[in-house]
Amino acid sequence: MSGAPVSTVGSSPSGCQDLPVLKERGQREVFCGLTGIIWLHRKMQDAFFLIVGSRTCAHLMQSAAGVMIFAEPRFGTAIMEEKDLAGMADMHEELDRVVGRLLSRRPDIRTLFLVGSCPSEVIKLDLAKAAERLGTIHAPRVRVLSYSGSGIETTFTEGEDTCLTAMVPELPEAPADERSLLVVGTMADVVEDQMRRIFDALEVGPVHFFPPRSTETLPPVGPGTRVLMAQPWVNETMAALRKRGAVRIPAPYPFGVEGSLAWIMAAAEAWSVPRDRVLEVTARARERGTAALARYRETLEGKRIFFFPDSQIEIPLARFLRRELGMRPVEVGTPFLHREHMGAELDLLPADDGLVLSEGQDVERQLDRAFAAGPDITVCGLGLANPLEARGMTTKWAIELVFTPIHGFDQAGDLAELFARPLRRRGLLEV
Amino acid sequence: MELTIWTYEGPPHVGAMRVATGMKDLHYVLHAPQGDTYADLLFTMIERRDHRPPVTYTTFQAQDLGGDTAGLVKEATQAAYERFRPQALLVGASCTAELIQDDPGNLAGSLGLPVPVIPLELPAYQRKENWGASETFYQIVRTLCLPHAPPPTWRRPPPEGRRPVCNLLGPTALGFRHRDDIREVSSLLDRMGVDVGVVAPLGASPADVARLGEADFNVVLYPEVGRTAASWLKRTFKQPMVETVPIGVGATRDFVREVAGVAGLDADGALEAVTTRLPWYSRSVDSNYLTDKRVFVFGDATHAVAAARVASEEMGFKVVGLGAYNREFAREVRAAARKLGVEPLITDDYLEVEEAIQEAAPELVLGTQMERHIAKRLGTFCAVISAPVHVEDFPARYSPQMGPEGANVLFDTWVHPLMMGLEEHLLGMFQDDFEFGNDRSPSHLAAARPSSTNGRAAEAPPESEDLGKEGATVAASTPAAPDGAAPEAGEARATSTSAPTPAGTELVWDDEAQAELRKIPFFVRKKARRNTEAFARQQGLTEISVETLYEAKAHFGSR
Ligand code: SF4
Repeated sequence: MSGAPVSTVGSSPSGCQDLPVLKERGQREVFCGLTGIIWLHRKMQDAFFLIVGSRTCAHLMQSAAGVMIFAEPRFGTAIMEEKDLAGMADMHEELDRVVGRLLSRRPDIRTLFLVGSCPSEVIKLDLAKAAERLGTIHAPRVRVLSYSGSGIETTFTEGEDTCLTAMVPELPEAPADERSLLVVGTMADVVEDQMRRIFDALEVGPVHFFPPRSTETLPPVGPGTRVLMAQPWVNETMAALRKRGAVRIPAPYPFGVEGSLAWIMAAAEAWSVPRDRVLEVTARARERGTAALARYRETLEGKRIFFFPDSQIEIPLARFLRRELGMRPVEVGTPFLHREHMGAELDLLPADDGLVLSEGQDVERQLDRAFAAGPDITVCGLGLANPLEARGMTTKWAIELVFTPIHGFDQAGDLAELFARPLRRRGLLEV
Repeated sequence: MELTIWTYEGPPHVGAMRVATGMKDLHYVLHAPQGDTYADLLFTMIERRDHRPPVTYTTFQAQDLGGDTAGLVKEATQAAYERFRPQALLVGASCTAELIQDDPGNLAGSLGLPVPVIPLELPAYQRKENWGASETFYQIVRTLCLPHAPPPTWRRPPPEGRRPVCNLLGPTALGFRHRDDIREVSSLLDRMGVDVGVVAPLGASPADVARLGEADFNVVLYPEVGRTAASWLKRTFKQPMVETVPIGVGATRDFVREVAGVAGLDADGALEAVTTRLPWYSRSVDSNYLTDKRVFVFGDATHAVAAARVASEEMGFKVVGLGAYNREFAREVRAAARKLGVEPLITDDYLEVEEAIQEAAPELVLGTQMERHIAKRLGTFCAVISAPVHVEDFPARYSPQMGPEGANVLFDTWVHPLMMGLEEHLLGMFQDDFEFGNDRSPSHLAAARPSSTNGRAAEAPPESEDLGKEGATVAASTPAAPDGAAPEAGEARATSTSAPTPAGTELVWDDEAQAELRKIPFFVRKKARRNTEAFARQQGLTEISVETLYEAKAHFGSR
């Protein structure tokens, strides 16, 4: 990259908007929405996530979170058993009992999420009603909300979307004449702090983040609210916010120097902050980011990359890797493509010869395509990574892209490192 | 409905996956939503398998529910057959599919595929992983072996003029050291003059399973998975089953005798095949410090019972707790616990296990990865002896649990976390050495314990340093009796003429007694504190002095 990129949103004639999307329907190799709890329960420190589900759901949470710390977490599963399935009245009583015990053990909990699963959806257990009832019982200490993280309705990060959507009606009304910025989608705390400093310097604000770190201070929303999506998967949340009068600021996602600048620039424009002022405020951060990326260019430039669908972050990452590091996306798979919210990204991602955009999944056919394409690096889930490595392919675990701070200027280098490391490692190993 | 945070066992279809993934040329069509594919990572990440589990998930979605989920099963089964060309297919439902009652086994059967289609009925709301593995293996064995079954009146001839042949039954993918146990037991059998015919399910194809009946007898290495199938083979093919699980020296010798008996070999000669260092290492004087070390044992029933025997008979430990999470084998655990004079703990609630461990105050925990975490929180040592497994349980090196080498491995892995004898004495004699810091754990214990200098001793209440920060939180959130309030059974019976102190009364440790308590090594300090307080209450005291401490010690004995 020569010099810091300063381009912002703008349709490029060579973007991906008109590229046909390969829509697949078959076996998927992705998590269900329950997995979002793994970061949501860390983000909102006074919330507890009670999955109403099966032993499978509990086992999923344990297996997906198992690599992490084993402190008593703020999530758990109310496992339905044979006797619960016999009659619905019992089930609600059982739930009341479990919740009562849980809340008496955990006086620190302010918000309880009842999280629906496939089994609870299939038997049509009405968790919204249960939440209402339990909310009355445990008010005012605990607010009780419900959402679905089931695998028949949500794919991986969509679990955060359904969770935040359930919170939208709880957000206090912002004064109609007050303009405020709402950043939506979980980012690492450290990144939020960086972004806040930049917005403060630009006098863009007040700035609120959603989800908040504590559910006792929910961000306000109203017609004066301008929304920047920090993660591409908060689509339904955005729709719910829109119903409350909020307006989305179209922008690419803040990955890489270019994406971060465009994202901040979009907010600045809404606040009528001059472009030069944004360049000035972000100059040092951009320089740092650009310098960090330069170190990875040699490793990554010209390398062909294949994305299996995972979190909906794939297109923004492909755009970053293509434009700022010269990588060549071969196939970019996403579980779900929201054309409007992905619009700025599709404009920026060059429609290179042979590039495939795919939505949904048929994992066997996609594997066939991956083997045929022979990419230099493949981004995929944990179930596929080692089997692909064993066939001589280099992989990057997709889940790390969700669990690592990768947004913003100062994380651009870290983001590049995530892709460079597996390649470097393969180069190092002599056996 | 039970609130569960961590579970020892997955759902039963994960047990089926352990069987299917261990086998070759078999494919499993699982009627399940997308999220259930998480189970693949257990195999590819924890066990570092280089192949995807041979499982096709039908991936039905909400929009399919009113429609044709049954059609999905057929499509997925047909496609899986064509792509993978397995010798046999397993077809079953996960918890969600069980509720929509598509009967995937029947649907798949109706396709008329040219290979056996084995339907699996694994009730997800009643049963768990081990049961699922056992049932799956049994169904595979039954389906594939039945065509070769002899008439009921047939009698098995003894092996004459050739080496006897046995099958090893029970090892699966994701099993705790199954890979190495198979090699170890096979080589032991080989030295005894016995050949191994088929190992199943791990490493076997359906064709291999079909010839299980050819062997002279079966060895049930993992009863949790293999016993049901072995019992059926015993009835159908008149194959005796060897049921001793050769974990530890004593059990390995028993195993050799049992095999010799079944195979018609000379047991004394066969016993020479058992050469292991454990007996001598245990007798070596440096092992004296192992005497009566308090150990708490928890795991799957087979491994827990075996470990308890090794601990008490071969290491000279004192077993202060024994339990298992699989109720199906509770009987075996109860019998072993009775022999050792402890209360058996049969539960799959890890909080209950944690409470029991806290209560028993062991110096070493032999458990699963769950107990490893519990032990870490409580600041005590743990060696892992059983599934559920973690990536650490698949070491690169050869590390069996069974047979002669397995006994060596047990000695090393259990003794390693304990402090060496001399080090312990020095620590006891020179508590005030600032480098020891009497609250410190030994340098090789990873638990993050606050390392305080002695200066802090007087300010902090004695028990606050018995736990790491996490532990303190857990203790606070566990609705257990407050520390020290519940003396062990039997201790309360101490004779005393004075009226006991009322339960609610607070006991006050004077400064000197507090300081003295801190001189007691951390791993028994909590017990000393509890005993002293129990003693004080019996005596009707409200204040505890150094004298009380030593009187309590004399009363209860030093162990
Ligand atoms: S896919 Fe459904 S049943 Fe499976 S873990 Fe997720 S919510 Fe539970």
